[in-house]
Amino acid sequence: MSKRIQAKDVNVYYGDFLAVEGVNIEIEPRTVTAFIGPSGCGKTTFLRTINRMHEVIPGAHVKGEVLLDNDNIYESGVDPVNVRGLVGMVFQRPNPFPTMSIRDNVLAGYKINGRRLSSRAADELVEKSLTGANLWKEVKDRLDQPGSGLSGGQQQRLCIARTIAVEPEVILMDEPCSALDPISTLAIEDLIEELKEQYTVVIVTHNMQQAARVSDRTGFFNIAGTGKPGHLIEYDDTEKIFSNPSNKQTEDYVSGRFG
Amino acid sequence: MSTTTETSQQSPRPQRSAASGNTLKAGQLPSWSRAATLAGSLAVSAVIFLVAGWNWVPVLLVAALLFLVAHSAWTFAVEGRRHGQDAFWGTVVWMAFLLALIPLVSIVWTVVANGAPTLVRPGFLTHDMAGVTGVQDRLAQRGGDLAGGIQHALVGSLLITLAATVISVPIGLLTSIWLVEYSRGSWLSRTITFLVDVMTGIPSIVAGLFAAGIMMVFFEWQSGGISGGRQTMGITAAIALSVLMIPVVVRTTEEMLRVVPNELREASYALGIRKWRTIFKVVIPTAISGIASGVTLAIARVIGETAPILVTAGVATGTNWNLFHGWMMTLPVYIYRQLVNPTAPAAPDPSTARAWGAALVLIIVVMGLNLLARVIARRFAPKTLGR
Repeated sequence: MSKRIQAKDVNVYYGDFLAVEGVNIEIEPRTVTAFIGPSGCGKTTFLRTINRMHEVIPGAHVKGEVLLDNDNIYESGVDPVNVRGLVGMVFQRPNPFPTMSIRDNVLAGYKINGRRLSSRAADELVEKSLTGANLWKEVKDRLDQPGSGLSGGQQQRLCIARTIAVEPEVILMDEPCSALDPISTLAIEDLIEELKEQYTVVIVTHNMQQAARVSDRTGFFNIAGTGKPGHLIEYDDTEKIFSNPSNKQTEDYVSGRFG
Repeated sequence: MSTTTETSQQSPRPQRSAASGNTLKAGQLPSWSRAATLAGSLAVSAVIFLVAGWNWVPVLLVAALLFLVAHSAWTFAVEGRRHGQDAFWGTVVWMAFLLALIPLVSIVWTVVANGAPTLVRPGFLTHDMAGVTGVQDRLAQRGGDLAGGIQHALVGSLLITLAATVISVPIGLLTSIWLVEYSRGSWLSRTITFLVDVMTGIPSIVAGLFAAGIMMVFFEWQSGGISGGRQTMGITAAIALSVLMIPVVVRTTEEMLRVVPNELREASYALGIRKWRTIFKVVIPTAISGIASGVTLAIARVIGETAPILVTAGVATGTNWNLFHGWMMTLPVYIYRQLVNPTAPAAPDPSTARAWGAALVLIIVVMGLNLLARVIARRFAPKTLGR
């Protein structure tokens, strides 16, 4: 499990608008990589190209190559649905399916896709995924209640459980803590630390302390001005980015001089 | 600006009340003032019309106007300009509401009062009009038992509406799914939306003529060019009704699907779930309550149609369970026929009574459907949205 991600000259478009330009990056398996940068610089947009979620938006498309191990996910003939099965995603706002129970939310990736599970296998999967998301103890007595009745932090961990239930290789997280309080944030950060043992984790965050706490490597995105494309300015070990960045823009950003 | 303007009622500050120490407190009307004003206006109006000649309607109208003026003026005088305006417009809104309620209450009251005696007669729901002649109606007018019933019309209405629903719901649902999930705002989707809007405004008789016409064309083509004449039967009426229903179903379903947050679709895609499964297992279940109530309201709307059924299913006196053969009666057409062509032209009272009974049944069916829509909406609604 867990794969290496490689992007080669990736340009990301919304219609004719070039949103992110010329990204080259190599993300090692079983690491946590954080993307930081000011709002609107293309962190999330680039993140969404890694599981082909970007093209869900009408007119959006991608040029360049994104390799999972050695397979280009943008080669013609690649089914985006298969890519998304390998690269899971957790969103900014917790979004459990409102019509489903906690249990069904965890099993959604299987049940909705029409794959059959024996009830014992399903029970095991639910327990394993919820335990993996540090949520099992809190919800094990109310698995049949609606997932939307949980607190925000619990909902977000439910979404993570739902994601790891389908056993992806890579987990993308788009500001997973921005809607949560500090205690829930801590719970998620601890979880990210554990997820790294099995998955390649890529996280977008606005919170530089969070990036410093959880990630091994950090990528800094910036934008020259509104209407200009975003660029990956610097990508290095997290320690180096926050203590001794080689780029002036990075230094200004992490030291709080702008952004 | 002179000083007089500043101290006038235009000032936004409440007037200080000298009696109490609280400088924020303005004048306040006692709690009984509204009731007193109402009673006073009624009394004054009553006195005026006792002198000028009693009539209920002008008494209430004049009382309402008196109350409007007196209540606002009194509030204005004691509590100030803003409260006075509030009292005025508040009263206007209430009166408009009561006025709007009058026809509704009046209709329900009249239909229940006239229809209930017929409805409770044994056999009214289980007999049709086969074999009922003017002889029996003349007897009934002289005090005999009311013969006949509405079974054939009830059966016809339910069957035709059911068939129309079976035709329209899949077409309407799939159209709106395509519009919301697949069209991506293409010119074709804009054209369809426009045509659906146009269809919403089609006069129902045109829908009836269309259905009658298309069935003639279909049967002529099927029998190799021999014209079979008008195809008067239940299914033709169902087609006419579905022409009226489809745009309603498309519009309501479309609205409901658009309300489903995109986040849920993305969450589903991110799990590697295919689009069509996302639509059927995530999007539609989330919107199902709205869709179901929209469909029920569309049914309630077409079940009362008269004109398109008259030209497609015709009229009948016997119960016909077969949608694909023979003429069929429905409740609205039954009401129309009983009133316009009484069974005994010289003794129309029994026919009128039957029409009232049928009208009551129709209202009960429509109200039942509306209640059903609410129950469905509540039952299927996503549980405890939010925290």
